Amino acid sequence: MNETQFWTFFFIILTFGIYIIIAWRSRVKETKEFYVASQGVPTLANGAAVAADWMSAASFIGMAGLIAFLGSDGSVYLMGWTGGYVLLALLLAPYLRKWGKFTVPEFVGDRYSESVRIVAAIAAIVVSFTYVVGQMAGGGIVFSRFLGLSVEWGVVLVAVVIFIYAVLGGMKGITYTQVAQYTVLIIAYLIPAFAVAYQTTGIPVPQISYGQILAELDSLSVEFGLNEFTEAFSGRAGGQIDVFLVTLSLMLGTAGLPHVIIRFYTTKTVRGARYSAFWALFFISLLYLTAPAVGAFTKLNLLQGVQGQGPDSLPDWINTWAPTGLVTVNEDVETIGTVSNLATSGADLIVNNDILVLASPEIGGLPAPIVGLMAAGGMAAAMSTAAGLLLVISSAASHDLYFRVFKKTGASEKEQMMVGRIAMGVAILFAIWAGINPPAFVAQVVAFAFGLAAATFFPILILGIFWKKANGPGATAGMLTGLAFTGTYMIYTLEVFGTGANDHLFNVSPEGIGAIGAAINFIVIVVVSKLTAPPSEHVQEMVEDIRYPQTRKANVRS
Amino acid sequence: MSDVAHEGTSGGPPEAEDTSWRKRYWKKNLRLMITLLVIWFTVSFGFGILLIEPLNNIVILGFPLGLWFAQQGSIYVFVILILVYALWMDKIDDEFGVAERNEEGGYK
Repeated sequence: MNETQFWTFFFIILTFGIYIIIAWRSRVKETKEFYVASQGVPTLANGAAVAADWMSAASFIGMAGLIAFLGSDGSVYLMGWTGGYVLLALLLAPYLRKWGKFTVPEFVGDRYSESVRIVAAIAAIVVSFTYVVGQMAGGGIVFSRFLGLSVEWGVVLVAVVIFIYAVLGGMKGITYTQVAQYTVLIIAYLIPAFAVAYQTTGIPVPQISYGQILAELDSLSVEFGLNEFTEAFSGRAGGQIDVFLVTLSLMLGTAGLPHVIIRFYTTKTVRGARYSAFWALFFISLLYLTAPAVGAFTKLNLLQGVQGQGPDSLPDWINTWAPTGLVTVNEDVETIGTVSNLATSGADLIVNNDILVLASPEIGGLPAPIVGLMAAGGMAAAMSTAAGLLLVISSAASHDLYFRVFKKTGASEKEQMMVGRIAMGVAILFAIWAGINPPAFVAQVVAFAFGLAAATFFPILILGIFWKKANGPGATAGMLTGLAFTGTYMIYTLEVFGTGANDHLFNVSPEGIGAIGAAINFIVIVVVSKLTAPPSEHVQEMVEDIRYPQTRKANVRS
Repeated sequence: MSDVAHEGTSGGPPEAEDTSWRKRYWKKNLRLMITLLVIWFTVSFGFGILLIEPLNNIVILGFPLGLWFAQQGSIYVFVILILVYALWMDKIDDEFGVAERNEEGGYK
């Protein structure tokens, strides 16, 4: 075992031990604890839990690498995945918390109709499931690279630990492990970033100092056949309109994803939900503000490291990563003349986006404990998101489907808990299977889950809260047209489901179509709701009621 | 504290309660929300996408300004917007007597 492996084992065993201790201390007995942690989670803790839930293996491992090569246009992810929280905080979280209860499908069921609830529950399961598979595969990469374990055993090990704390502690166990996982992942992300910034510029604040290297990075990038980092609309073929629509789709999708919304049900008060949203975005921003800096510094170090070098004299990290197949070198050239992140580009050195962050300590020449910490951080990011998603799957399957469709009445508290736990266990087994044999289209589908969430969930939630006259037929019609429109365009433009890929219409990429799907959904709900009977008095009363944090106290002046 | 006319205090049973405060509360909430969303749109879609090219001609600390808004500035503003919303809503809740505080001044 070399020094890096020793430190990786050290940090992985240490952090996994912490998670299991937390799980044992927060095991639960009741459904209210299992699904919403008894609505007793303190604001700050909930903020950290949302952040860990949100920041997936893709955010931690993949995003900085993606930005390194996309350059300026990488901002679609930065703005898209943070700007959605403004919508969530202002338009959704406080009201859904006031309404209370356990799940997102449950809200639309109460607000619209039982059939909307079932469609929403199925959609929540499908969206969450595609996501979980990505997390499992991400965990597998970390294990295979750092510990020399096979991907299969890596996935199983991750699943067993998640199983222990998710089945024992439900939402409560997941929440408190997520707080620990956030701490691990943010430390692991920031330390190497600050160290690399200090090494390169002498200023240990990467968010500020990466400006200084941009001019040099631009000229080096051009030298190696890449786009300038700072040039707008060069990374995405669709240009400005596409960047606009993709950003909007990601924002609306962020605000509509059930595994994030569900976390706001766990706070003590409506006020707590508002402040949770603030803490959540604050914690998320620590990573998101750092990611473009990590991307820029790592790319600069990478390009400087290979400048003027031949295939035999490349930096060491390229050799350590070569067995993963994520770095390939053209051995036939004198010196490395071109660099790319695309496997099909034919460049002399091809570096996959996904390794840039995990390799950044090595690329920057940082010591072994930091490399080990990085691995533990990547695992924390993958596990925390997977656990949150598994809870959504479990609650939708048991609370919204099983006890609504198959066994409508007479389920005891004990029975409900049992079914919730079994659903969680089955979901984990599926996740293991899919993590070991990831379907080819998963990576693509995950990116499009946002578009689908934007085109289905977001409009029915917003109108459900802000427009009393929105009704069941309107929501059903809106959700189905949004889904059909967005899904059809994705199938039309992508080679995913065995169909051929067609050209993008009007420069709109399939990732950006969700914003248009959402607009169509809004229009359909309004038109159909106007043409059909308004919702019952009882429902309108409920919508009125969620606007106010609590009943008014006597003796107030205004 | 409030810019609207004072009304009789209503301590009676819920069915006799004067509910006109609800409209004013909701209106204040909506006004705050819309103001913050306009800022949200301006910094991200405005400065970070629609106006990014002209703003990139201004360079501060090595950052072309449009790029800075797209990768840094907009995120700072998002965090501040949510904080302002939470703080401001506390004030509105207090004003209308719907704040979630118990008699001791703590939060339930």
